[in-house]
Amino acid sequence: MRSDWQNGGFGIYVHWPFCEAKCPYCDFNSHVAREIDHPRWLRAYLKEIEAYGAALPGRVVSSVFFGGGTPSLMQPEVVAAVIEKIRETWPIANDLEVTLEANPGSVEAGRFRSYREGGVSRVSMGVQALNNADLRALGRLHSVEEARAAFETARHAFDRVSFDLIYARQRQTPESWRQELSEAVNMVVDHLSLYQLTIEQGTAFGDRYNAGRLKGIPEDDDAAQMYEITQEITQKAGYDAYEVSNHARPGSECRHNMVYWRYGDYVGIGPGAHGRISIDGSRFATEALKQPNAWLEATERSTGEKLREALTAEDQSTEMLLMGLRLSEGVSISRFEALAGSPLDQERITELDELGVLGVSGDKLMATQKGRFVLNSVLAKLLGG
Amino acid sequence: MTDLAHIRNFSIVAHIDHGKSTLADRLIQMTDTVAERDMKEQLLDAMDIERERGITIKANTVRIDYTADNGEQYVLNLIDTPGHVDFAYEVSRSMRAVEGSLLVVDSTQGVEAQTLANVYQAIDADHELIPVLNKIDLPASDLDRAAEQIEDVIGIDASGAIPVSAKTGEGIRETLEAIVHHLPPPAGDETAPLKAMLVDSKYDLYLGVVVLVRIIDGRMKKGDRIKMMQTGATYNVERIGVFRPAMTVVESLGPGEIGFITASIKQVRDTRVGDTITHEKKPCAEALPGFKPSVPVVFCGLFPVDSAQFEDLRDAIDKLALNDASFSFEMESSAALGFGFRCGFLGLLHLEVIRDRIEREYDIELITTAPSVIYHVYTKDGEMLELHNPADMPDMANVDHIEEPRIKATILVPDEFLGDVLKLCQDRRGIQEELTYAGSRAMVVYDLPLNEVVFDFYDRLKSVTKGYASFDYQMTGYREDNLVKMSILVNDEPVDALSTMVHRDRAEMRGRAMVEKLKDLIPRHMFKIPIQAAIGGKVIARETLSAMRKDVTAKCYGGDASRKRKLLDKQKAGKKKMRQFGKVDIPQEAFISALKMDG
Repeated sequence: MRSDWQNGGFGIYVHWPFCEAKCPYCDFNSHVAREIDHPRWLRAYLKEIEAYGAALPGRVVSSVFFGGGTPSLMQPEVVAAVIEKIRETWPIANDLEVTLEANPGSVEAGRFRSYREGGVSRVSMGVQALNNADLRALGRLHSVEEARAAFETARHAFDRVSFDLIYARQRQTPESWRQELSEAVNMVVDHLSLYQLTIEQGTAFGDRYNAGRLKGIPEDDDAAQMYEITQEITQKAGYDAYEVSNHARPGSECRHNMVYWRYGDYVGIGPGAHGRISIDGSRFATEALKQPNAWLEATERSTGEKLREALTAEDQSTEMLLMGLRLSEGVSISRFEALAGSPLDQERITELDELGVLGVSGDKLMATQKGRFVLNSVLAKLLGG
Repeated sequence: MTDLAHIRNFSIVAHIDHGKSTLADRLIQMTDTVAERDMKEQLLDAMDIERERGITIKANTVRIDYTADNGEQYVLNLIDTPGHVDFAYEVSRSMRAVEGSLLVVDSTQGVEAQTLANVYQAIDADHELIPVLNKIDLPASDLDRAAEQIEDVIGIDASGAIPVSAKTGEGIRETLEAIVHHLPPPAGDETAPLKAMLVDSKYDLYLGVVVLVRIIDGRMKKGDRIKMMQTGATYNVERIGVFRPAMTVVESLGPGEIGFITASIKQVRDTRVGDTITHEKKPCAEALPGFKPSVPVVFCGLFPVDSAQFEDLRDAIDKLALNDASFSFEMESSAALGFGFRCGFLGLLHLEVIRDRIEREYDIELITTAPSVIYHVYTKDGEMLELHNPADMPDMANVDHIEEPRIKATILVPDEFLGDVLKLCQDRRGIQEELTYAGSRAMVVYDLPLNEVVFDFYDRLKSVTKGYASFDYQMTGYREDNLVKMSILVNDEPVDALSTMVHRDRAEMRGRAMVEKLKDLIPRHMFKIPIQAAIGGKVIARETLSAMRKDVTAKCYGGDASRKRKLLDKQKAGKKKMRQFGKVDIPQEAFISALKMDG
């Protein structure tokens, strides 16, 4: 029998937890360290890969993703050795995608060719803004000029290049976003991740916001308008809004992230990494220790995994739906029902359909463009009490 | 057994926070009635809520043995009465059971509205009064001013007022001596047939109903066959005793004495406060003048937040009713809120106390609907309906006219805030009846509709006077006015729990205020929501809650699945605190908040 995870494929996520500086908006598991023992980190990664290889033998890997932190601070030999180990451990898909998140600085750009030689096929660059004042406000260390240069280098070094921009920044207007995004789509990039700035608790921006000192964050209605502009400009330029915040030229979707959104299996390696792994008919959520040193030491002793818990049928169907409805392709109703063990509430679907936020086409259930704006409400209604 | 000449029965009259309970504690302590180790603050306020709020809800009593300076032994019976206006009736019946009162005035504050209301009850009951000026340990204490106010405002002689600090114990001895020498002993005839007053009753988990009695004539002992003259019910006295303040069994109670009996009475409702108790075989010739039963004046709906807790709520209400005959209830079902109870209370404090007890002692979260009063609705065919719930209002086409209850409100306020108080009363359709000054304080008396007061009048009064005003009221009767039922429609559906009775002239203003409030209270939905106030079919105010434009999480990757799922689960739990009307979720707090007026 086919397992549910096969609908989404199998990917490996590797987390590199270090950055040169902590950005004030970032709530990812990132740390600034004075000294990093690269060979020691490599040994730990290899040990974890081996352990997961033993638990999930014979899986075909369709993607590897180096995220962070700032993985472009990893020594190219470490990256290459990790990729090599993955290739030794599992069968590899013909079109394996290996993505590395990169800072668009000049130093990193100098390493691009080495990464390429080590097996990286795609970079995702944290450009974030196309004007220097805003880059400084976001705490970024690079300039627009450096970013453009790094992008050019990347375009020649890798098969595929994506970059991130953040909008609804301080004092940004819908009109200025329109201009900035128009510039971005002219940069011959095949994939764009366009995120609304989210003020997260526990970040420097969060603290400043709570104290009333983060001025000029656009109001909800302006932010919504910027999201509309985002859809309009990317669409005109030939990008598919294949996910809430992700836009790609046809065929250039991020395969790794598709594993998440299609609710496949993924192994999470490195501090704070999450995984979903199916073993013997059960699906487990895994989570690794967050603190870099704690993870390193635990991995050397036994494993960096701090939690492995079986997900209930309801958990799994909920996760499948909340990830899948982010995609323009939507989710399979029969797949949901098989996972949940019970049908979706037809009345609610009809109500949401009448509101114009949800559509059904055969076995597919998808959020409309209007629905994708208010996806949290749609999900709450669909699954809600 | 104590002869009448050596018994003194008294109560304490005071405004809230003027130190009544502390004084009672000190009187008990100075006479060694309670062992030092059993002493705790506010000994007589037994319920948690009483202790917490510093108020007395049920009448309590204590018997104090006192050896006076003249060397003679006295028995002093103190009945500690509720001080709050809601329990004015409990005060009045307790007053009838004693011969005198200590009039306690906080010497840093002076006479307050509640002091007035209670002192008049004491005067009505022919009490001797001993003025006590409390809190003399505080620097702000002003004895002359407090005494002057007692003379000016209350109109009694304050020359013999006793300066006291209930906190330090200063003046307590003098107070005890004054009780012995200035208050009259009770009258009564031990040889006459038994005549006793049923002062109060409460439910005890182990003993059943405990009845507080004052013997007028004759003697009552264990095993006596007694008869309640009003209800005609007969019982055997199983236990007889006094409060010290713990229940202490005695042989018998004679004239002038105050104590308790138990007699296998099942619930408080079976006892009628003010009833006369006599012997079945040898009854007294004439009953005591009957007391009026207490009547609920404020009504509201209580609904469980979690509708599965309806049975628990029923159970809680049944248990509370065992001990509180003044609280009425009947089942109610609301399209919006499901099953609950329409409950009647003596006033707003009574409402809050009952609601708090249900939430705290029975762990049931409640939705409380807007308090309402009883309207008299006269139909065209001459019938009079008592309307407890605006949702039950008959079609206006069949209504001839509507009457509403009015009150006489007495407010004492420093003159700097007088303007604000007058404006508040005016805004609430008040008619000024009296305005007098005592020094720098004004006393205003207003005739006000009760429905303008039940909701947030007291909160507003406190806020416009920074807490310096005191307020009391009594019901005066019913009067016709131009009243209408205002409905609230959310997304074109009427929400029964939000309908209110309003004066026609104020309907637009109230309607506008309510729809504006609701617009802030209801969260945005995926569609726009019209919120309207209407009288009959006519919309008088309208707001539109615009649709939610965007709420999607920007980033959601492999590490976010668990967090997002848990967030959704939390949202589901939060939804239980909402009530669904058609397609709209209304948070429970909206049902009360929407009615609060800012002005």
